[in-house]
Amino acid sequence: MCLAIPGKIVELVADPPLGVVEVTGVRRRVDLGLLQDDPPQVGDWVLIHVGFAMSRISEREAEDQMRTLRILGEDQAAMDEVRGYQS
Amino acid sequence: MKFVDEFRDPEVIGRTADEIRRLAHPGRHYRLMEVCGGHTHAIYRFGLKDVLPSNIELIHGPGCPVCVLPMGRIDDGLALAQRPDVIFTAFGDMMRVPGAHGSPLEHKARGLDVRIVYSPSDAIKLARTNPGRHVVFFAIGFETTAPSTALTLLRARAEGLKNFSVFCNHVTIIPAIRAILDSPDMRLDGFIGPGHVSTVIGCRPYEWIARDERKPIVVSGFEPLDLLQSIVMLLRQLEAGRAEVENQYTRVVPWEGNRAALRAMAEVFSLRPYFEWRGLGFISQSALRIRDEFAQWDAERVFSVAGVRVTDPKAAQCGEVLKGVLKPVQCKLFGRECTPEHPVGALMVSSEGSCAAYYNYEHRKANAPMPSLAAPV
Repeated sequence: MCLAIPGKIVELVADPPLGVVEVTGVRRRVDLGLLQDDPPQVGDWVLIHVGFAMSRISEREAEDQMRTLRILGEDQAAMDEVRGYQS
Repeated sequence: MKFVDEFRDPEVIGRTADEIRRLAHPGRHYRLMEVCGGHTHAIYRFGLKDVLPSNIELIHGPGCPVCVLPMGRIDDGLALAQRPDVIFTAFGDMMRVPGAHGSPLEHKARGLDVRIVYSPSDAIKLARTNPGRHVVFFAIGFETTAPSTALTLLRARAEGLKNFSVFCNHVTIIPAIRAILDSPDMRLDGFIGPGHVSTVIGCRPYEWIARDERKPIVVSGFEPLDLLQSIVMLLRQLEAGRAEVENQYTRVVPWEGNRAALRAMAEVFSLRPYFEWRGLGFISQSALRIRDEFAQWDAERVFSVAGVRVTDPKAAQCGEVLKGVLKPVQCKLFGRECTPEHPVGALMVSSEGSCAAYYNYEHRKANAPMPSLAAPV
């Protein structure tokens, strides 16, 4: 539960601030409201937790985080979570 | 070290492990607590115990939100699911956690409308698409998750959503650390601080641990190299007689945390006077309550909630394991009545629970069939 999923923002939706993120080929909407002090742009990478982007990260960190999930055996659960987002 | 080639900078990992062996005084026993359940999982998965010298003991802390929730809260939540108008929603992690009369999943099998959601946003989406029903979201988690629930409640209010409420079980990490430090049977030398909780709260809330308790704490990332570097940083502080808050996970954790997330939490939640934790008992100001302004989205006020208290199964020693007093394998039920397939206690359910982590990586390994011994001599 405290592991976060890295995703790349591919589209922004203004109000409330939402973004379409891509996580290894899967696209889902996530809430960007927790990053409103320094709003991310298209092309930025974010860490996602329960459907909310919680911090901006670099592409390198995104790769590291994906590998961490993989070696923890949590990558499948992470993708199930992303695919499960309904909005 | 196992799996080593999958990791970032294997050579650096080797050098860092050497550094740990150099810093650890042979005559001293070090007890370091990793607070976060994600770290517990990582430590077992990576086999870090095999890399560390035997006088460095890692104690598993209370940072698994599913594990610290007392059974009575699960039963209180499931009592709401009994109402025919209610759609009960929770994260997948909660679904197999046993209540006194079964887990949420077992209640679903008995015909109740219990659904997994991956985000609180999806719970309000269900409320929008089911206007004739009332959607209850069973909220759990530390400060990593609480801001998402807070924003969800702000969105529900902005929309004027009438058929949605949150059964709030959010807890806060600092009072739990304080309770552990106050516990007379616990001696610790330092803390590996939680990674993603700290992206929200930052590093300042830990300063009292260093200043008043004279214990070093290092906020850490989740990779093997992160954890080993954090241990080096702790050992260096101990060697120099320093007690400070340090941040190993600077690439993700800002010192000040996430202010927008903290603002959302402050707007929606206040502190409960006290809250019961499994294993740690009642801890004052350790959990979040939905503010009066949001009462119409607070399931505890929309419905009457009994406030059930259920004692854990007698033989289970979840509390002692949760406090770090017992190792998982020292519990009488471990690996016999209580397994990940048939969990008796919550620590065996979540992958972040120390019992499940120990079982999946240590117990299975130790109990794997060994053909050379199995064959008659």
